[in-house]
Amino acid sequence: MRFDFTEEELNRYSRHILLQDVGVEGQEKIREGKVLVVGAGGLGAPVAMYLAAAGVGTIGIVDGDVVDLSNLQRQIIHTTPDVGKWKVESAKETIQAINPHVKVEAHREFLMADNALDLVGEYDFVVDGTDNFPVKFLINDACVMAGKPFSHGGILRFEGQTFTHVPGSACYRCMFKSPPPPGAVPTCSQAGVLGAIAGMLGTIQAAETLKWLTGVGELLTDKLLTFNAKTMDFRKIHVKKTDKCPICGPNPSITELIDYEQAVCDLKNHG
Amino acid sequence: MATHTLDITKDHCPMTFVKTKLKLAQMAQGDVLEVLLTDGEPLNNVPRSAAEQGYKVLGVEHVEGDVHKVTIQK
Repeated sequence: MRFDFTEEELNRYSRHILLQDVGVEGQEKIREGKVLVVGAGGLGAPVAMYLAAAGVGTIGIVDGDVVDLSNLQRQIIHTTPDVGKWKVESAKETIQAINPHVKVEAHREFLMADNALDLVGEYDFVVDGTDNFPVKFLINDACVMAGKPFSHGGILRFEGQTFTHVPGSACYRCMFKSPPPPGAVPTCSQAGVLGAIAGMLGTIQAAETLKWLTGVGELLTDKLLTFNAKTMDFRKIHVKKTDKCPICGPNPSITELIDYEQAVCDLKNHG
Repeated sequence: MATHTLDITKDHCPMTFVKTKLKLAQMAQGDVLEVLLTDGEPLNNVPRSAAEQGYKVLGVEHVEGDVHKVTIQK
């Protein structure tokens, strides 16, 4: 390890360095980290901002959409003057204003079956900040195939759920076999979402990412954390990796990535 | 087993302990660090924090004026 932090960096990261479990060693691991955030929306915003503030060395952001006025109720990485800009550009500007030490890799495209493995392969850890089932399954499948750890996150109305996958632990398909039919489950763009819960869930994902980078504590592996902000009940549901899993089981039936069909409404309202 | 020195008499909390931790991280296990610091907050906090975080505080001695030397083993 280099431990060649400048006076400015020591001051900037002092509250991490003071932590016994993080220290200079942990901060160095954070600086060496390469994290891919898929989606610069409600979840991706707090994730990218906290990872930037924490000093993650390289942050990749994938999003092919532009900032819409209706995004600003929860996507706090974008501001009113950003409406109409590419989300990856707007997100990059905010990240660099928070922490100029971070290298931002802006991928102005949507994650699809034909680019997922290449994108995921360039990073150490992946964060799912997307709003639709087809991409959630795609992230899962690509990460399992590439042997990459990732944080799953989903929010709707007043509720959120998240788990962390590392190679060998339960994956999304161990819990949910395949996406629901298009239109069967509403997305935020149809059902609404309380803006603040994007922050509640995204910051949990950011904390999991930093825990993975530094090796501190116990990850949300083989556990699905759910919460309901109406009652502020948090639950941890134990989940198991299953041999019948079509992607991470011993005899996988899925051997290539799939672009599942999306509901038409979702295609018009990415993010 | 090497002995290292660090002068944090011009620094303020929390940079005093942050710089001590950086120096300790750069040293080998068993090495000794002599830290020059001023009385008040640094003298109260640095040895206490070092002990809390698992380092061995070998001694604290007065050097001159308000400067003290804390010896810490990694």
